[in-house]
Amino acid sequence: MLGIDDPKIWSAYVLCILSAIFCVIYGVVNWNKGDEVVRLEDKKWVEDEKKSEKGL
Amino acid sequence: MGHNLDAHTFPELLGKRFNSKSIQGFSGLVIFLFIPLYSAAVLIGAARFLETTFPAYINFNVALLIYTLIICAYVLAGGLKGVMYTDALQGAIMFIGMTALLVFTYVKLGGVVVAHQALGSLTASVPPKLVEAGHMGWTSMPKFGSTLWWNLVSTIVMGVGIGVLTQPQLAVRFMTVKSNKEINRAVLVGGVFILFMTGVAFVVGALSNVYFVNNPAFGKVSLAVAGGNIDKIIPIFINSAMPTWFIYLFMLTLLSAAMSTTSSQFHALGTSIGRDVFEKVILGGKNVKYTVPITRVGIILGVIATVILGYKLPGSVIAIATAIFFGLCASTFLPSYIGALFWKGMTKAGVMASMFTGFFGTAFWLLFIHQKESEALGLCKFIFNKPTLAKFPWVVVDPIVIMLPVSLAVAFSVSLFTKKMNKEHVNACFKNI
Repeated sequence: MLGIDDPKIWSAYVLCILSAIFCVIYGVVNWNKGDEVVRLEDKKWVEDEKKSEKGL
Repeated sequence: MGHNLDAHTFPELLGKRFNSKSIQGFSGLVIFLFIPLYSAAVLIGAARFLETTFPAYINFNVALLIYTLIICAYVLAGGLKGVMYTDALQGAIMFIGMTALLVFTYVKLGGVVVAHQALGSLTASVPPKLVEAGHMGWTSMPKFGSTLWWNLVSTIVMGVGIGVLTQPQLAVRFMTVKSNKEINRAVLVGGVFILFMTGVAFVVGALSNVYFVNNPAFGKVSLAVAGGNIDKIIPIFINSAMPTWFIYLFMLTLLSAAMSTTSSQFHALGTSIGRDVFEKVILGGKNVKYTVPITRVGIILGVIATVILGYKLPGSVIAIATAIFFGLCASTFLPSYIGALFWKGMTKAGVMASMFTGFFGTAFWLLFIHQKESEALGLCKFIFNKPTLAKFPWVVVDPIVIMLPVSLAVAFSVSLFTKKMNKEHVNACFKNI
């Protein structure tokens, strides 16, 4: 397949591409899913992160 | 969990999850001491390209210095973690550069199938030394159980493939994500991006053999053209096979990759020593006045260590140095990281035992067993007067294959028999998860 004789090599080649395609499908299907409410802990974390980054 | 614990670094996440300053300090120290090995690999890659592009003006040493200065200027001016927009721009440049490299290579060699067939027909040109090590052609797996087979499967595939999961400078990014929605979207971008970065490098690296053998100016396989230094194969290929404008585009691609990677590496390095080791362990978490200055000093020391390693490390080292750091991180951190996120029964003692086993076991394997490193590091020769203590196949088995399962088993078994974590603390860690 694809000019490669060894099935171990062409299957790796094809599986890499199929995995990437799977990632695209997964991303499209779940594009708007997974929203979470912003909690107090999240806000505090962002503020602390900004502070320590500013210091650097 | 990172937000529940108000953790801002990878060691801090582990330390706070298991309520232990020692875990945080030890993790920080491992990262601080060993990340320069990986950043040196990145810098060497960029410098080799510059050296090959301007051979009349720039040698490797100057190229290394130029890249270091550019990266330092970038880090100083743009902040360490890089703003999301610069990261996105760098990613876009890398994506365009690698896509163009893949398309050009296949077009130049007559198309996908023709190029692969031509590569398959080069089996007779494989250097005898590689044949002896198990090489069976560039479109075949190496001979099962041979030196090259172990190198490919245990070091390149498993060492790098598994090791990437516990890269401290990458793991920390998950904490900046607002919700699962961003992660879902990142799967789409990341899945394609990874294929185009690593995938293209592997494909083009192998196909460069067809170009070099068929080009009368070279007439040899890539390894011979690069004078035995595999780090030079892609730079030489691009400089001789690609149009001039592409060489400059690729230089920009490499610079982008080097900038985004090293800035996050130096960030992880600085915070490890400043926040994790100094603030938490040495000052007991009571005084934060010195954290920023120590972090800055840590970064400067890290840059110096990186440049020294860049000069001192031998040729063909990029893949090895990367695999060493990745393997070390996997065996030391992966069981604890998985336990921290997914297993409420993981104990502090289990984490400590697993980390020590993973770290010291990997160090022992690299110093005394895995011949490539034990020979180069020389300690085994110094003490026992032989390059390695083991025999084939152990001398070619990457430490990750042995030490990761051992570290996992230790984490699990010690956690079963030691004092459980306080229930309230664990519930606070897993709040809303």
